[in-house]
Amino acid sequence: MNEKQSIIKVENLKRTFVVGSEEVHALKGVSFDICQGEFVSIMGSSGSGKSTLLNILGCLDQPTAGEYYIDGISVRTKSKNELSEIRNRKIGFVFQSYNLLPRTSALENVELPLVYNPDVSHRERHERAQHALELVGLKDRMGHMPNQLSGGQQQRVAIARALVNDPVIVLADEATGNLDTRTSYEIMSLFQSLHEQGKTIAFVTHESDIAVFTSRTIFLRDGHILRDESVTTKSAAAALAALPVENDY
Amino acid sequence: MDILNLIRISAKALMRNKTRSALSMLGIVIGIAAVIAVVNLGEGLKQSTANQLSDMGTNLIMVMRANQRRGGVSMGSSNVQSLKVRDCELIAKNAKNVTMVSPVVNSGGQLVNGSKNWSGTVYGGSPDYLEIRKYEIATGVNFTDEDVKKYAKVGLVGQTIVKELFDEDEDPIGKTIRIGNMPFKVIGTLKEKGQNGMGMDQDDLVVMPYSTVQKRMLGVDYIQQIVCSAASEDVAEAAVEEVESILRVSHKIPDGGADDFEVRTQQEMLEMMTSMTGMITTVLVAIALISLLVGCIGIMNIMYVTVTERTKEIGLRMSIGAKNSAILLQFLTESIILSLIGGVVGMLLGLLLSYVASMAMSLPFVVNVLWMVIAFVSCAILGLISGFFPALKASRTDPINALRYE
Repeated sequence: MNEKQSIIKVENLKRTFVVGSEEVHALKGVSFDICQGEFVSIMGSSGSGKSTLLNILGCLDQPTAGEYYIDGISVRTKSKNELSEIRNRKIGFVFQSYNLLPRTSALENVELPLVYNPDVSHRERHERAQHALELVGLKDRMGHMPNQLSGGQQQRVAIARALVNDPVIVLADEATGNLDTRTSYEIMSLFQSLHEQGKTIAFVTHESDIAVFTSRTIFLRDGHILRDESVTTKSAAAALAALPVENDY
Repeated sequence: MDILNLIRISAKALMRNKTRSALSMLGIVIGIAAVIAVVNLGEGLKQSTANQLSDMGTNLIMVMRANQRRGGVSMGSSNVQSLKVRDCELIAKNAKNVTMVSPVVNSGGQLVNGSKNWSGTVYGGSPDYLEIRKYEIATGVNFTDEDVKKYAKVGLVGQTIVKELFDEDEDPIGKTIRIGNMPFKVIGTLKEKGQNGMGMDQDDLVVMPYSTVQKRMLGVDYIQQIVCSAASEDVAEAAVEEVESILRVSHKIPDGGADDFEVRTQQEMLEMMTSMTGMITTVLVAIALISLLVGCIGIMNIMYVTVTERTKEIGLRMSIGAKNSAILLQFLTESIILSLIGGVVGMLLGLLLSYVASMAMSLPFVVNVLWMVIAFVSCAILGLISGFFPALKASRTDPINALRYE
């Protein structure tokens, strides 16, 4: 479907949990590809299996059956330590609740993934973290602690952290879930500009008005893919401009 | 992940919780401080005992009368009259490793000077007696061999007797005082020596020629003790053997027969005393070690709390690529840093405590370096042990659950 290189290739992915004596089939055979430079949203209601899918995509969990290739590497056969390394080199995570280390400066938070990469020197780590923070527009907030930053700024720090290891894909888990509309749009606008710079992004959400800012949406329901469609991308910057000026305080 | 990085990560994590880190260190600090303080004080006590014993005379060898059986009847050591002045002369003449010899005859009596009186002890010796027992003359002179020959009624008095029998501005030299019914002239005073290791006042004495005590006070021809000085500490053993063989010959003791005397060296007395202080120290160290153990449990407890509280951080670190081993090492390092810093602070505190206590009890301040090293090493080991299980728990965290942990 695309001549570009496929970053994520999922084939008939299944994941079964054993809860007590019962088996819960969270994913019942899911297949799709995400190519380089795509901005994909994965949508679904609670219980649809999107969190399970994200955990597997993020190499935090392994499928019960089926194949998952990230950047051409088969994940199924990898050990725990090898998965850690894949997460460290290939994946950038953005979480709903930011998950920044408290009482640790923005810069040090962003440096964190590189700390676990022995190939990156102290100096290079510093420079790359600075660059990532510039990229998300927080150049003048590097020394701030998380509690000195707004929610939107904290999420930007988290995005910078996800970018600092130059991952093949950024996985965002409800990244706007804790933010108000205006800030959500600002964050989506940031994701769009990252997308324009060629980043591959998978964005898990249950809000359809967030999914419209992506270029492709995969709908999950009850462990199956319900729809997988390209959507006309709405500009987050334009949506932001269209918001009424906040004067209700 | 290199070790420096590990230490940096751990140190930062500890710095984020300064109060808690400090409090969890406290247990170790108190434990180590107690151990170090007790050990140093024990060492000080030991040295002070040793100093006091060596005040009794360097390389001192004492020959005492021993219990003797005659025809199956125990005579009791105080009834044994086997030691004679002749024995001293033989030792002085024949023992090559002995430099000075003095007989000792002691007696007691009421000392009287005008309206003042004091119950005192008299030691009769040769002119060498003072030097063997490390007494120094403060004022006046020592008695001479001539005085010994003439049973001269002269004596030197210790500072306690000076205080008790003379007015402050009175010069005791040349005064005639009485002991019992015998008047004698004070020809010298002795420098103060203080108490000995057993709390006895070493300044409460009169030293006279042994002949005077023998003939004029007691009316006996035997002596109670012989004190000698070995040429040096190294030959003390050899000197003891010489003295023993001389006395066995002089007392005509057959081979295999029981000696009617007993030779003791200062070294033996020192060992006796130090084994006592050593025992006390051991008991106290054991108590201090218990507090150290409690400190370790404190660290373990805090580390468990920390691991639970930082579940989310652990999940995050794992999600961005920290291996389980990296998490394990991080928490282990945190616990070791805690206990090591606690240990170092405790060591300093222990040094300070033992210094203050030494000063207060006028003991010599001694640092037991071996125990400082033991304390430091055991802190590292204790940190490792108390941090291991919490760290293991941390490293087994499931990142998916941890990231959702609230």
